Amino acid sequence: MSSVKIELRKDQIEKIHEICKSFNYEGGELINVLHKCQHEFGYLPAEIQEVVAEQLKLSVAKVYGVVTFYSFFSMIPKGKFPISICTGTACYVRGAENVLAEFKKQLKIEVGETSPDGKFSLSCLRCVGACGLAPVVLVGEKTFGRVAPDGVKAILAEFEQ
Amino acid sequence: MDQIKLTIDGKAVEVPKGTTIYKAAKSLGIDIPILCYMDLKGLNIENKPGGCRICVVEVEGRRNLASSCSTDVSEGMVVKTSTIRVLNARRTVMELILSDHPKDCLTCAKSGKCDLQDMAIKLGIRNIPGQEFAEMSTYRLDTSPSIIRDMDKCIMCRRCETMCNDFQTVGALSAVNRGFMSVVAPAFEMNLEHSPCTYCGQCVAVCPTGALTEVDHTRNVIAALSDPTKTVIVQTAPAVRAALGEEFGLEPGTLVTGKMVTALRTLGFDYVFDTDFAADLTIMEEGSELLGRLGKFIAGDKDVKLPILTSCCPAWVNFFEHNFPDMKDIPSTARSPQQMFGSIAKTYFADKIGVKREDLIVVSIMPCLAKKYECQRDEFSVDGNPDVDFSISTRELGFLIKQANIQFNGLPDEDFDKPMGESTGAAVIFGTTGGVIEAAARTAYELHTGNTLTNVDFKELRGLEGIRHATIDFGGFPLKIGIAHGLGNARKLLEDIKAGRSEFHAIEIMACPGGCIGGGGQPLHHGDSTILKARAKAIYAEDESKTLRKSHENPYIIKLYEEFLGKPLSEKAHHLLHTHYFDKSKNTFSI
Ligand code: SF4
Ligand code: SF4
Ligand code: FES
Repeated sequence: MSSVKIELRKDQIEKIHEICKSFNYEGGELINVLHKCQHEFGYLPAEIQEVVAEQLKLSVAKVYGVVTFYSFFSMIPKGKFPISICTGTACYVRGAENVLAEFKKQLKIEVGETSPDGKFSLSCLRCVGACGLAPVVLVGEKTFGRVAPDGVKAILAEFEQ
Repeated sequence: MDQIKLTIDGKAVEVPKGTTIYKAAKSLGIDIPILCYMDLKGLNIENKPGGCRICVVEVEGRRNLASSCSTDVSEGMVVKTSTIRVLNARRTVMELILSDHPKDCLTCAKSGKCDLQDMAIKLGIRNIPGQEFAEMSTYRLDTSPSIIRDMDKCIMCRRCETMCNDFQTVGALSAVNRGFMSVVAPAFEMNLEHSPCTYCGQCVAVCPTGALTEVDHTRNVIAALSDPTKTVIVQTAPAVRAALGEEFGLEPGTLVTGKMVTALRTLGFDYVFDTDFAADLTIMEEGSELLGRLGKFIAGDKDVKLPILTSCCPAWVNFFEHNFPDMKDIPSTARSPQQMFGSIAKTYFADKIGVKREDLIVVSIMPCLAKKYECQRDEFSVDGNPDVDFSISTRELGFLIKQANIQFNGLPDEDFDKPMGESTGAAVIFGTTGGVIEAAARTAYELHTGNTLTNVDFKELRGLEGIRHATIDFGGFPLKIGIAHGLGNARKLLEDIKAGRSEFHAIEIMACPGGCIGGGGQPLHHGDSTILKARAKAIYAEDESKTLRKSHENPYIIKLYEEFLGKPLSEKAHHLLHTHYFDKSKNTFSI
């Protein structure tokens, strides 16, 4: 998994300590602790995982193992406009994969990555319950339906300014 | 305890509640094939992820096959372990495991000792359907000073994780990612070298495939041996002689000291020496250190650092450098026997035979993978020339002997060369848990009390319990000794010291189960404590067979001090035989 290197400020470290404390430093609460941290910081860089491991007395490897197991957790900050492409069955059947490929091509990033300017990040999700609109793409708060590869450019342009 | 009655393959059996089908079958002599499951009885370690499903059996009344290693028996259960359905399922499971597994068995380091290969043979796999479409795993190779990780060959049995996390409490490894991408890796998929790994090699010792193997230095050794400008000498660690025979089909616990010496001479080493010589030297230095600290303590000095901890195990040294850096001033500063040997060889001995340091190659045969790393540490080299050039494992020596077409079992017994091949019984027992401290006690007792020990056997220090303690009467002073093997056990003793709860004066620690006899470089013991016991017995037998059994009586050690070092803890001894430790706790991703 790719990641960025950061330095945590003192108040950020204290925030993590606080979260761990609120779960009684229980190793069994790791997932909940990570959840809270991601909510607080937006993502889970290595530095945060190390503090969590140290507080819950778990190995860093174990924490990383959990972070990489659940696709909900991310080690890179999401873009200003996170793009999610539904790859649930209906969307998949109606060509979501080609749409995804086009986004990757346009943005020159992979799933789970963020564009260098921090504007867009790319992820996949399973069925958003709008199968009638398949294939569905979410950009930030906005939903796009019946997206075809040749419409990708226009969608991005909408957020470019 | 509640008993459960069931039938397996038509045979009735009664087992305690909570027994797995696998174990119940075993009690009937039925060996259900297993792959991920691992039961290290002697160490109280069980790996039961229930992941591979090779062990499936049919249970009457159940629709699905059950994995026998992780399913408990129930009253009246009717189990069939070898029906056509079971055999077909096992074969399919195996084909799936093999579908993305590299097919380079011929050149794989584990070939011939691989559980996966054995299982393919056992299940009669002749082709792997669909493999032309299968995506192959591709993961970068991670080479550290001691261990190679080739995750393409990982089958996710997670045995390594169990050893590293549960037994050693190191936590260098964890299953990461999901689905096809899942592997066992250090945090952030960094290289092992940047993780808290101690190179104990216990993960390598249990990995069923070629995913984890040792860095092979046999080629370097062969190259050195065939270079006419080099004088090549070898040292053999005490535990090697008690296990090497197993590589040639001999019973565990067969002592092969003499054959090993002959084999090494046949391989072309110019001098065949013994690490035991350096173990005697270690006792002189470490024992004097112990007596020094003890003397101050008895005199009422409150600041003296006690307990003193042994420092011969390099995995243990790595462990405390990573986990307890604030306590790095309490272990003995004595270098390990491997390093003392190298240091003396490249000064005293090189001088004696008139060979330049650069032209003398020191090879060590070790039961250990951490020794490979240890001999590469900067502090153990002079102007870039290491004191010990190559460290190879007992298993690697086995390969070398086989490659050279030496018929090991038929070899006559020969003796080590002088002077660095002479040793006492005290040095031999370094190979097993409790041995280092017993050897130290023999010498320290006599030096401290001035009396001669009538009985040199401190039996209270022996055994396979993970943590042991004993009190020895040191001429009126009750010397309290603690012993731990396995880093999880060591951690407990260290936490006690940290919390001020420890009452010991001296503690011996070895990272591997049983001590060096169960080292990560030994013939694989699969956690079988009967094998470990047999090896320990062989070690004690060799000790008993020696005329000299106290390190300070080794005539060549006495001579070494007279001619070269002066006395224990002298300035020269400090320079050549002692070391210092580093804080490695920050050696991770960010902090
Ligand atoms: S060598 Fe020892 S410490 Fe390192 S990963 Fe393997 S089991 Fe863990
Ligand atoms: S590296 Fe070896 S021991 Fe570890 S999970 Fe993979 S196959 Fe099992
Ligand atoms: S051996 Fe039982 S599931 Fe692997």
